[in-house]
Amino acid sequence: MALITCDNVSFAYEGHVVVKDLSLSIEPGEYLCILGENGSGKSTLVKGLLGLLSPIKGKVTYQDGFRHTEIGYLPQRAELQKDFPASVWEVAASGCRGMNPLLNRAQRLLVREKLQLMGMEAMEKHSFATLSGGQQQRVLLARALCATKSLLLLDEPVAGLDPLVTREMYEVIDMLHEQKKLTVVMISHDIEAALRSADHILHLAHDANFYGTPEEYRRSPLGVRFGGGAEND
Amino acid sequence: MIDALAPMFSYQFMVRAAVVGLLVSLCAALLGVSLVLKRYSMIGDGLSHVGFGTLAIASALGLAPMAVSIPVVVLAAFLLLRLSSTGKLKGDALIAMISTGSLAVGVIVLSLSTGMTSDVNNYLFGSVLAMSESDVWLSIVLAAAVLILFAVFYRKIFAITFDETFARATGEKAKAYNMLLAFLTAITIVLGMRVMGAMLISSLIIFPALSAMRVCRSFRSVTLCAALVAVVCFFLGLCASYLLATPTGASVVIVNILVFAGMSLAGKLRRS
Repeated sequence: MALITCDNVSFAYEGHVVVKDLSLSIEPGEYLCILGENGSGKSTLVKGLLGLLSPIKGKVTYQDGFRHTEIGYLPQRAELQKDFPASVWEVAASGCRGMNPLLNRAQRLLVREKLQLMGMEAMEKHSFATLSGGQQQRVLLARALCATKSLLLLDEPVAGLDPLVTREMYEVIDMLHEQKKLTVVMISHDIEAALRSADHILHLAHDANFYGTPEEYRRSPLGVRFGGGAEND
Repeated sequence: MIDALAPMFSYQFMVRAAVVGLLVSLCAALLGVSLVLKRYSMIGDGLSHVGFGTLAIASALGLAPMAVSIPVVVLAAFLLLRLSSTGKLKGDALIAMISTGSLAVGVIVLSLSTGMTSDVNNYLFGSVLAMSESDVWLSIVLAAAVLILFAVFYRKIFAITFDETFARATGEKAKAYNMLLAFLTAITIVLGMRVMGAMLISSLIIFPALSAMRVCRSFRSVTLCAALVAVVCFFLGLCASYLLATPTGASVVIVNILVFAGMSLAGKLRRS
């Protein structure tokens, strides 16, 4: 059964319908890439998948035993405050759930393990604000990994990163998908990267959405129009 | 110096003012870190003006000042939070409206009831003589509640302060924690207002947090440093006001400004 299923769902943002009649299912272990221009409803859909926004029509259902609060969410880095006083450890640890005022032993091990996985364990006492963009993304990924066992939802993970760091970031995401068997949903502007790694592409557009495999996308009118498509084959 | 200060605490009103002031400073500093980072600093300022209005009304009607002010200011805190998040009115403009409105109501009520006497001055700028024994006990109980709630929810407070969207996505009741912050802030402000004055109480929320952020780089160290700065500044300010016969609230603010300047300098030197 799919982890998340959207059945003919519409979402509105500030009174305007921005995602219309969308149907899709996110299977365990798949890599879905969501494309679309600014204002096409990507962020609104993210809020919908996270359960922060109710659909005005249709229904989002989650697999039995999976709740939307178990999604490991990587928000856009630009939305975070610059100069926020927080250490790398504090940021990563804020992905841990539970009402306990202090982290328990298992949670501390989890945070350390995820920071290690992201190659940031040596910097756990560093100030988050002074890290480079790529390092901040790794710490935020560690936080997301503390919050989930199964599904990562990445909102423009490479926005504002230089080309080299962008490549490293994609390698990290591929590693999480292939080796750690995580389901990945990525919002992106990077069509090339999407076609390279994703199992499915969702392209949000005002007139008609596209949802299918990268091969189908290449042949579709949207795929052709947005460059990654047929003329490159 | 010690000899000059020793008689200070032979006055009972000074002991009361010190106990209440130190507790309020501590609570305000802890809450302040979160409020400043969430860009809610002005809520503290707005609430203190509401507090002034309610104190004026309570005194005109001969009611217990704290008993009237605490529920009204708590209500105002929820209202401010609610209205500024629905976005009908812009948060800062709304706070300015409520602040000045409450101030006007308070001044009118005071001038109709007692006339513009030194009472007004005391409400606006604080007085060490203001605390009764029951006020002190109330302060101790409420400050303990603020400290306990802050400690219990520390991890959550960090999470919603650092990234509210992420916290909500992982199922945290961000609205409830914002309410909790507003509630604790409202109580702290009413408690501190009598000693510090309605005009000056929000300095206790803002200064220690900002001073701590000049030198500290983690949330925990900022929180602990702000608490320490707040307590030390209040104590020094109180002593200074006793020795120099200056108004207490203003003296505490001046000490806070000096500490802020010193810590800004220390932060610059450390980074260069």
